[in-house]
Amino acid sequence: MIDAVITLALLALAASFGLAIAARIFSVSVDPRVEVIEDALPGANCGACGLPGCSELARRIADGKADIDACPVGGEEVARRIAEIMGQDFEGGGVRTVAMVMCAGNDEVALKRFHYNGIYDCTSAALLFGGNKACIYGCLGLGTCAGVCPFGAIDMVQGGLAVVNPDKCTGCAKCLSACPKGIIKMVPVNRKVHILCSSHDKGGKVRKYCKVGCIGCQKCVKAAPEGAIEMDENLAVVNYDVEIPESVAETCPMNTIVVGGGVERKAAAAGGEG
Amino acid sequence: MSRLLLIIISAVLVNNFVLLKFLGICPFLGVSRKVKTAVGMSGAVVFVMTMASVVTWLIYNYVLVRLDLVYLQTVTFILVIASLVQLVELALQKISPPLYKALGIYLPLITTNCAVLGVSVLNIQKKFTLVETTIFGIGAALGFGVAMLLFAGLRERIDLCDTPISFRGTAIGLITAGILSLAFMGFTGMVKL
Repeated sequence: MIDAVITLALLALAASFGLAIAARIFSVSVDPRVEVIEDALPGANCGACGLPGCSELARRIADGKADIDACPVGGEEVARRIAEIMGQDFEGGGVRTVAMVMCAGNDEVALKRFHYNGIYDCTSAALLFGGNKACIYGCLGLGTCAGVCPFGAIDMVQGGLAVVNPDKCTGCAKCLSACPKGIIKMVPVNRKVHILCSSHDKGGKVRKYCKVGCIGCQKCVKAAPEGAIEMDENLAVVNYDVEIPESVAETCPMNTIVVGGGVERKAAAAGGEG
Repeated sequence: MSRLLLIIISAVLVNNFVLLKFLGICPFLGVSRKVKTAVGMSGAVVFVMTMASVVTWLIYNYVLVRLDLVYLQTVTFILVIASLVQLVELALQKISPPLYKALGIYLPLITTNCAVLGVSVLNIQKKFTLVETTIFGIGAALGFGVAMLLFAGLRERIDLCDTPISFRGTAIGLITAGILSLAFMGFTGMVKL
């Protein structure tokens, strides 16, 4: 028993000794900044920067192959910290963008065509006649986007509608590709006026299935500054480059235009009896 | 001399470790997407297997048998293999960082590669001499390399083919591996050791 323990211990010792020597011979000098930068990064390994993970981005930044603000998730704060590590100056970047689901049609206001009993996933549901909402552009509300969000920023509000919490959203844009309807858009966080509809159907058709859908009446286009809201096949679309006065929202007969994002618009959608 | 030759042929073709003994399947499927990484992996395996065969044989015959501790065989063998893999990892990181990156997780996985342990154990079971052990180790690793190369070449071509969607990727890979294995079954019994 004792000799077994001693033999194994000696063998292990010999092996570790050999490895210690090998580690000396084959030592690779690693940029010490890589580790510090990696610590500064969010560490979610979300892939929003286009690289496999945070450690890869840290390596690129240390090598000077990537910009110090290459992490879209970390935003300004992380970029500033990395700039400090790299000894560079960082003059504040643009405005943070957050994801927004361009649909307000919850179960109270939007009709359904049939009862969906399949796999609880938007992608699966969309494969079946484009989903069970009467509006083929609408949010299916089964939470596929909430599932892929690495930051838990998407809530499924009551009545089957995804809502992004702009405070938690880091702008990684993962949900954009997860949504089978493609109705999630990136919007600047400082813009307050949004048109929460993605339907390109004609007004009459929209009225039949959704109480808060855009009917393409163009009232908002006329009320808003030149080029601030544009028409795209029966759908008014906000041009986020131009500031829009909040009063424009009142011109909408369908209450499709809301002021503010996130949870506030739930109330707007529910109140839209138009 | 002819026995050594037979051992090599046996290990490479007749008793191919991957295709006939089904050892070391994990890297066989994992790193066989490109010929280049397959070659690198085979190189690493050749080194680890040969070294492991020799070292484990020496330890078994001169330490474990003498001290009457034969029951420690598996533990010591794993210890030796793990250290050798660590050594290869260190060396590769220094010598060829791209290869190190390409092999990724599969390099440390050689540690638990049953093929390496299999060679070491077979050497003992078959009561090989030191020279035969070395040759068998090299042969087994070459056999692994041959299987990897064949398979990687096939997979590179399959990637270009219009495979039905449900068969793409690993599925068609597994079917190909099965057919390749069947082909190697043709060698069965040609060499008796």
